[in-house]
Amino acid sequence: MKNENIVSLKNISVAFDGETVLDDISIDIHNGEFITLLGPSGCGKTTTLRIIAGFVEPQNGDVFFDDNKINGVPAHKRQVNTIFQRYALFPHLNVYENVAFGLRIKKTPEAELDAKVKDMLRLVNLTGLEKRKIDTLSGGQQQRVAIARAIANNPKVLLLDEPLAALDLKLRKDMQTELKKIQQQLGITFIFVTHDQEEALSMSDRVVVMDNGKIQQIGTPKDIYNEPKNAFVADFIGESNILDGVMLCDRLAEFSGKKFECLDGGFEKNEPVDVVVRPEDVDIVPLEKGMLEGVVTSITFLGVHYEIIVDIGGFKWMIQTTDEQFVGDRVGLYIEPDAIHIMKKSEYSGKYGDYSSYSEEIDHLSDVEEEEN
Amino acid sequence: MKLLSKLYIALILIFLYAPILVMFIFSFNSAESVWVFEGFSLDWYKELIFNTTMLNALQHTLIIAILSAFISTVLGTAAAIGILQLRKKITKSLVMSVTNIPMMNADIVTGISLMLLFVFFGKLLGLTESLGFFTVLIAHITFNLPYVILSVMPKLQQTDSHLPEAALDLGCTPLQAFFKVVLPSIMPGVFSGFIMAFTLSLDDFVISYFTCGHYQTLPIVIYNMTKKTVTPDAYALSTIIFVAVFVLLILYNTMQNKSERKVAKR
Repeated sequence: MKNENIVSLKNISVAFDGETVLDDISIDIHNGEFITLLGPSGCGKTTTLRIIAGFVEPQNGDVFFDDNKINGVPAHKRQVNTIFQRYALFPHLNVYENVAFGLRIKKTPEAELDAKVKDMLRLVNLTGLEKRKIDTLSGGQQQRVAIARAIANNPKVLLLDEPLAALDLKLRKDMQTELKKIQQQLGITFIFVTHDQEEALSMSDRVVVMDNGKIQQIGTPKDIYNEPKNAFVADFIGESNILDGVMLCDRLAEFSGKKFECLDGGFEKNEPVDVVVRPEDVDIVPLEKGMLEGVVTSITFLGVHYEIIVDIGGFKWMIQTTDEQFVGDRVGLYIEPDAIHIMKKSEYSGKYGDYSSYSEEIDHLSDVEEEEN
Repeated sequence: MKLLSKLYIALILIFLYAPILVMFIFSFNSAESVWVFEGFSLDWYKELIFNTTMLNALQHTLIIAILSAFISTVLGTAAAIGILQLRKKITKSLVMSVTNIPMMNADIVTGISLMLLFVFFGKLLGLTESLGFFTVLIAHITFNLPYVILSVMPKLQQTDSHLPEAALDLGCTPLQAFFKVVLPSIMPGVFSGFIMAFTLSLDDFVISYFTCGHYQTLPIVIYNMTKKTVTPDAYALSTIIFVAVFVLLILYNTMQNKSERKVAKR
């Protein structure tokens, strides 16, 4: 392949009013992939997207597009198109003219333009709504117009800034599948920004997890989920019990006062580490068969499974199980060696992964995304 | 109770519009009398057509109103965009207060201070006559500007701040982005600002009086006539002006309602 990387960011740093937003970020984005920038609000993911679009100039570092340096190239001369968070459709134009906007700017011949617009509207299932005013459309329909308007220009890269955040859950799921389908059909690169980890895992070829203006981890959704690099990634992607442990030697870790077989190695003898155990990988067994034992302190029914909190020596574990338990029960826990993931200590160690202050409400509150600039 | 409130409104309307109604009626009087209506005629309107002083003044007024409204609309729209892009809140409110001063200030103060300034600069440039067309035009732009800014500003705030970015993203140059996307979406505000400026300029007396020199506008010519006797052709002219402003006002209100309804729908 000639250009494996369509967009490359090299050592990008950005600060607004003296406040660091991006701190020495480098990403290579492969041609034709669906890559997601994932992180909590204020992590710098939207700024990264705006640098690629040309709305923000980095103070340090270079941006490459198709192997050409594009620092300083204004937004209107870049071969990328953006889908904005609240769509930013033109209210004074109808659906047809919104989609045709970019083509008219390029002075595309009328016949070609008409064919292209109709093609795009068919692609996003909006045929028949050409003459409608933007403000008479539903949120989902506006979303589709925004998609059609952006891809009508044949961009090599499509940038999507939390495009599904304003839709309700059901519609969001449908649009996720549809976006993925469109990406595969067109074969162009999608760079998708979201704070929703489920969305990131289900849609992406690769995920870039960001926090505090830094890249925490880049990898396939499976890598990120199964082999998180630090406590932040482990906690942000799905649920995790993160324990303080010691790596006694290769394939043998000690935590919660017990020794456990595991599959990891390559650490120093007796190196302090963070140990991740996913809630769905813990089995509840009779006391005598358990590797650990604890007391059930809370239980929540979630339909597919129960989410129970078990207190083991003061550390609260979250466990997902289909067997009903009762508060106050003493239970045994069994963990397979491949369910244990060992991580090096990081600045995030000790901040995440304990469910002693766990409450669903708090979890949902942190999902609310604030406006990011 | 209901009857009383209706009566009350009727009284208010009578007090407000009786003078105009009287003027309207007497502009069609065949005699010159102010108290006896002798019969219907269009004589005074005919007279008006041959009254060159008044027609000249009318021409001046219209030229000044259209030019000043146009220029202040352009400047005011640019100013509103600039003010909204100011980052610091303090500078923003400071600039807003400064631009609002001409609106709050007593007309007579604005008029006299502008006249002083113009005469000062006229002397500086060695002009024999410093007051005239340009000074009255500048004066009108000055007091129109805040009204345009105030009418464009809310429209700008309502539009999605990502709109210009979306236009740039689709290949517009910054200038194209403004004319193809930003301007059309704030057009109702810009238009109502223009009408407001036009009507304000049309009936301004105090500031024009101090700054117009020999370039007399209609209100000043009529005022000068009152020093002698007012002939009914002045009634005729005033009636025409009233009707013109009235039509503009209705236009302005329907524009406003339309854009409000649009917002409500969203």
